[in-house]
Amino acid sequence: MVEILKKEILRSDVRNLSFSYGDKKVLKNINLPIADNKVTALIGPSGCGKTTLLRCFNRMHDLYKSTHYEGEIILFPEGINIISAKLDPIEVRMKIGMVFQKPNPFPKSIFENVSYGLKVRGIRKSSFIKDKSEKALKQAGLWEEVKDRLHQPATSLSGGQQQRLCIARALATDPEILLLDEPTSALDPISTAHIEKLIVDLKSTVTIVIVTHNLHQAARVSDSTAFMYLGEMVEFGTTNQIFTNPQQKRTENYITGRFG
Amino acid sequence: MELAEVQVNAARPSSLAGVRNPFQKWRKLKEKIIELCLLTSAMTSVVVVFTILWILVSESIPFFQHVRLIDFLTDTEWTPLFEQAHYGILPLLCGTFLTTLIALSVAIPCGTMMALFLSEYATPFWRETLKPVLELLAAVPTVVYGYFALMTVTPLLQKLIPSLPGFNVLSAGIVMGVMIVPYVSSLTEDALRSVPNYLREGSMAMGASKAQTALRVLYPAAFSGISSAYILAISRALGETMVVSIAAGLKPNLTLNPLEPAATVTAFIVQVSQGDLPHGSIGFQSIYVAGLALLILTLVFNLFGFYLRRRFKETYD
Repeated sequence: MVEILKKEILRSDVRNLSFSYGDKKVLKNINLPIADNKVTALIGPSGCGKTTLLRCFNRMHDLYKSTHYEGEIILFPEGINIISAKLDPIEVRMKIGMVFQKPNPFPKSIFENVSYGLKVRGIRKSSFIKDKSEKALKQAGLWEEVKDRLHQPATSLSGGQQQRLCIARALATDPEILLLDEPTSALDPISTAHIEKLIVDLKSTVTIVIVTHNLHQAARVSDSTAFMYLGEMVEFGTTNQIFTNPQQKRTENYITGRFG
Repeated sequence: MELAEVQVNAARPSSLAGVRNPFQKWRKLKEKIIELCLLTSAMTSVVVVFTILWILVSESIPFFQHVRLIDFLTDTEWTPLFEQAHYGILPLLCGTFLTTLIALSVAIPCGTMMALFLSEYATPFWRETLKPVLELLAAVPTVVYGYFALMTVTPLLQKLIPSLPGFNVLSAGIVMGVMIVPYVSSLTEDALRSVPNYLREGSMAMGASKAQTALRVLYPAAFSGISSAYILAISRALGETMVVSIAAGLKPNLTLNPLEPAATVTAFIVQVSQGDLPHGSIGFQSIYVAGLALLILTLVFNLFGFYLRRRFKETYD
């Protein structure tokens, strides 16, 4: 598996990761390399654990009771184990940004949304916050649309704009990895196309892990793809290989739409 | 062609044709009766409000034939029961405002913090333990609170402030605040819990701490509901009678010093209505005027609350 990516620089490496809710094991012995400044897609039928895996990267599971990690997720270049119980989940979340299925802007102004991450990190210098916010909005391709209405409520934006605002919000703090959890599932086709283009553009600056139900989307935006089924990693490879020459029967069946 | 089909369908006789008509009629009648019942019960509240308003206004009119409105609003003394009667509402309003202010400065911070704890921090054990206790706090009769203020809180405060008189606004206000805490905390908690989880997760995913999430995202997101909690607290404090009658003294006093005794609008009404003033006398009418003033005050706050709720309304689906 790893050989495919051996020429790449790794940003993160999932090693023998298992995860359980109470007694129920939902991720079983997952191994997955995440290449630096590339897009890694997680695909698989509903309930296969792809979102659960994504939420391990920023320790979202720690918000809920009786969740248990085993194994390691190493974050490079620091070499720290993200899921180590000794590591404060808040510290992990400061390094790793996340965008959710449904656009979830805070009930605040557009500017307050983008600058939120900087504010909670205790940054007070307003010129710095302004520059960072502007840069993030530009990166998210939203600047031109909102530069004259930064102080209007974020909820006045359209769904697609709200989702790009959420991406900008995550980018403003220079995350080492950006997690996208089905970021276009609540959007119309035009907004979806806009965000897909954005994902490809962002690759040069940030490492992206995206969960998607949409196989075409995975094929369009990602460099490598992991196919999961029933909590197991069935196959991992370059996106091209997974979609044209899957090694596993189950992957082939899923890709060709025979189940899932 | 489609039209023809519809006509064919309409012309087909219904298999229920025989039973349908009388049954339908009875059903329609039943529907009407139910609707009428519901409308009647809904109207009772309207009727009661307008009856009260009518009584207050009609009893106030003869009062204002004796007392000029300008005197009522500007005179600094309220002594309707004295020989040298003065009818300035200001001392009573002042007492009402002062007790309300003290009560709110206890109830709003305490209630809000309690709600944040219960909705965001408390483990199920703490929630199950604290909520019934809070509900008990709301179930204590106000007269008990009144004597608690007079017999327990005032002596305690006198240890800190030796010059404090036995009847004073401070003690009554604090106890009134404690009394209102459960209202604030329970409504605020409901408002916070109705904030959708995706905002909580969104904030935590940005690296925010629990406290930052609660104060910077959840509190503003729930503010529409929280403002109703605060407005209810204000209305309760303005209208509270027992505690202030018992513990604040019944002496109308134009002062902003909480260490003095004072009377509120409500306390005055209780005092007069228990006395032996003849009905129809000016002194007796003065309680209707005081009541009207209080009603208008509460109405203003409710309208303000209505505005706040709309101004900060967020719709979540």
